[in-house]
Amino acid sequence: MPRLTLTIDGRAVRAGRGQTILQAARSHGIAIPTLCNLEGLTPLGGCRVCIVEVEGRPRPVPSCTTRAEQGMVVTTDSERLAAARRMIVELLLAERNHTCAVCVMNGNCELQTLATYLGIDHVRYGFISPLASVDISHERFGMDHNRCILCRRCVRVCNEIEGAHTWDVGGRGAASRIISDLAEPWGESATCTGCGKCVQACPTGALFEKGAVATRKGTICLERLVEWRKRGEP
Amino acid sequence: MRSAELLDRMKKAREMLAAAGTRVSVCMGSPCIAAGAEAVLRELRAMYGGQAIHVTGSGCMGPCGRGPLLRIDRNGEPTAFYEKMTPADACAAVGAYLDGNANGPGRLAPDFPFIARQTRVVLANCGTCDPESLESALAVGGWSALAQAIVHLTPEEVCAEVSASGLRGRGGAGFPTGLKWTTVAKAQGTQKYVICNADEGDPGAFMDRTLMESDPHRLLEGMAIAAYAVGAEVGFVYVRGEYPLAAARLRRAIAEAEQAGLLGRRILGRGFSLTIRVRIGAGAFVCGEETALMASIMGRRGQPVIRPPYPAQHGLWGRSTLINNVETYGCIAPLIRNGSAWFKAIGSPGNSGTKVFSISGDVDTVGVLEVALGTPLRHLVEMAGGVTGGTFKAAQTGGASGGCIPEGHLDTPVDYESLTALGSIMGSGGMIVMNDQRCMPDVARFFMNFCQDESCGKCAPCRAGTQQVSRLLERICGGDADLADLDRLEELCLLMRDASLCGLGMAAPNPVLGTLRWFREEYEAHIRGGRCPSNVCEREDSPCHGLP
Amino acid sequence: MKQRIRLATAWLSGCSGCHMGLLNLHAGLLELFERCDLVYSPLADIKQYPHGVDLCLVEGAVGSGDNREMAEVIRERTAFVVSLGDCAVNGNVAALRNPRGKAATLNRVYPQPGGFTPDVPALGEIVLPLHHVIAVDAFIPGCPPAPDAIGQAIQRFVTRM
Repeated sequence: MPRLTLTIDGRAVRAGRGQTILQAARSHGIAIPTLCNLEGLTPLGGCRVCIVEVEGRPRPVPSCTTRAEQGMVVTTDSERLAAARRMIVELLLAERNHTCAVCVMNGNCELQTLATYLGIDHVRYGFISPLASVDISHERFGMDHNRCILCRRCVRVCNEIEGAHTWDVGGRGAASRIISDLAEPWGESATCTGCGKCVQACPTGALFEKGAVATRKGTICLERLVEWRKRGEP
Repeated sequence: MRSAELLDRMKKAREMLAAAGTRVSVCMGSPCIAAGAEAVLRELRAMYGGQAIHVTGSGCMGPCGRGPLLRIDRNGEPTAFYEKMTPADACAAVGAYLDGNANGPGRLAPDFPFIARQTRVVLANCGTCDPESLESALAVGGWSALAQAIVHLTPEEVCAEVSASGLRGRGGAGFPTGLKWTTVAKAQGTQKYVICNADEGDPGAFMDRTLMESDPHRLLEGMAIAAYAVGAEVGFVYVRGEYPLAAARLRRAIAEAEQAGLLGRRILGRGFSLTIRVRIGAGAFVCGEETALMASIMGRRGQPVIRPPYPAQHGLWGRSTLINNVETYGCIAPLIRNGSAWFKAIGSPGNSGTKVFSISGDVDTVGVLEVALGTPLRHLVEMAGGVTGGTFKAAQTGGASGGCIPEGHLDTPVDYESLTALGSIMGSGGMIVMNDQRCMPDVARFFMNFCQDESCGKCAPCRAGTQQVSRLLERICGGDADLADLDRLEELCLLMRDASLCGLGMAAPNPVLGTLRWFREEYEAHIRGGRCPSNVCEREDSPCHGLP
Repeated sequence: MKQRIRLATAWLSGCSGCHMGLLNLHAGLLELFERCDLVYSPLADIKQYPHGVDLCLVEGAVGSGDNREMAEVIRERTAFVVSLGDCAVNGNVAALRNPRGKAATLNRVYPQPGGFTPDVPALGEIVLPLHHVIAVDAFIPGCPPAPDAIGQAIQRFVTRM
């Protein structure tokens, strides 16, 4: 039962205790753009795309991790937020080698869709052009670090839902890389079950199905999986 | 050991010290060791060890840049300090002193400002006691405040005393310490933790290392009082891996204190128990951020998580946790011993007590000094012997998370609010003085590269933002930038401040914003004229080198 | 009567796919040329980039010294410069060599000595999007951009004139 009321974009919104601003907004049809968030996984608050303004707080807060509070006044869209979101996505596009034209996810990519949604038609920052590798040692899947935005959805889905914890992050800052096990080739991983949830969860073309012309993503409903797990049923 | 035995042991230690008559101490802090203090101590021990004088290693005396340092104390006489000791000079100085001549080789003037003008509260015993001896700490009153607290005060009274003192966190943010303690004390749950954040990582900051190396018992005593006040039975000191000597001395101090019944089960025969363990960091600046630090202690990847919940509610292993900085714990024992009114009388209103600074850069004497909060910045520079190599241009406070204070604001009182008003922060106490030969875009570039290197990579604005800002500064220093780059630079800095996940990312743009605020014309000169006004470009190691 | 628009198209480090996109306007081209004169284009045999151009669509990234010179000429002589397609907008396929660098790329493509002769335009150290070299007024992304997107962009400009 909804137990608190807050205002989002001038609308009175009811929310359950413990719900995040993002959940409260979405349940009332208010769209907030997200990137690292995936329903069913523990929110990370890493990409900062879902930031919103809360009255009385000096800085925007990520809506995916901030709990709704009684009487909160939230703005999800303003010039300041739009500018910040655009800059964040531009920064991500400049960070690795996102060459959309030669990507398996071209046209189905969440990063690309978000860039289009935010009206980004060019990147003002210098392209970093790091030398990043592609791991195709796995029998069925591949990992292209050129397209990774370090959202850690793969890490979380592998740990929290599959329970394998094959993926994690190695290195730090600009040198951060998603690694399997102890930075071994994915194909040699002793923990990977080959379930493919990471590929499903990946928002870009970083994790892909080998041999497939277009990797189909989003076919697993993670929320359902989580619900089933909680009920202890298959 | 019961408290009566402790008092007895303290008395004996004091008497032994007094009986020694003349006490010769050689600083055994890492800067002095690097300068050759071990050989000095060895030689002195060989020469005078058997005599009626007391030769010992001690902690930091302040002017680290003039090490190895030596001091001679004799009851009723002013302390004589000696600088840049060699084994031969040290023996000559001590010999002369014993012959009635205190002006042996290397003698520092009695009013040497770096030492004479300090107000030492936290560092009171640094330089006077042997950091590797519990007896020596007891002789100067170590652990008496803990005894006082657990015998005469309830935990609530300790919290109230700390609150009343107005003590604020010395790690940089200045959060009221008493409020933090009270929050943890009131938190639900039986198992609680106390942590000491000793992951001192700012460029130019070495105050915490100084205290840990010089007077580890002071830190442990402060933690023990805190643990008593909040109801914790386990404590951790998280020391950065680059401080092996500090960690070794802390471990030794813990072992000695446990043996004496000052730590461990049923401290001083009472119902209070506390185990303190040392945890070593693996070289990540971000682990100074409290949530990242706790992740590291728990064996996880050292990266921050979003607050709230704060450690006071949900800390180590989900338990309520008190986390304070080294210097904050260092304030506790004298505060309890002398009372909150005494503590409050030092410093300025709203900024009680003292602050330890490590001053370096273009000053005559590099070292560690402690002054009352609210002391003008100018006094600190004067105490360090003034600016060398040119005239004063700016002082960077708060390290890579802080900003610079230009010459026009030299008389600013050093307190939390005044520094914030100037776009800088108090920070943990690192202070880098720069002369007019320094190029400010180059300084900003240095700090930004540091932050880029130390970003954990979890949030996009910090990870990708520091990379872009570094590149822009590289272009500016290299004379390849245009004025639009300056706008881009500012815009990115504001984004990082607004949208980063933790303090590292939020504060990373401060050195850029600070230098832009006070020295914008230098940026413009690099861009418009491809010229470096400070002529740093002529130095071969500079990025501006080779500008037309 | 309204003034006719002096339209140019240019081709830097690209594959000509964006020009194909333009040609794929088909009948739309006829409509377009009712208002425009094509004063410079790889599709037309004109040797010199003229002065006083109203609108230029630039395909391709800046990958060589020649590209850079051309881009600067275009900027100087054109009122409104448009980046046409992903190579001009972000480097795209042309910029795939950036992570490895120029020397490694040349060694990989021309492994035998003498395989590469220096009498072709010198490659730049890195491939840059057009707007990192000259000021660009509008962007039409896509690889190649959809003919409709190109048509609409030109139309919008034409109606503004």
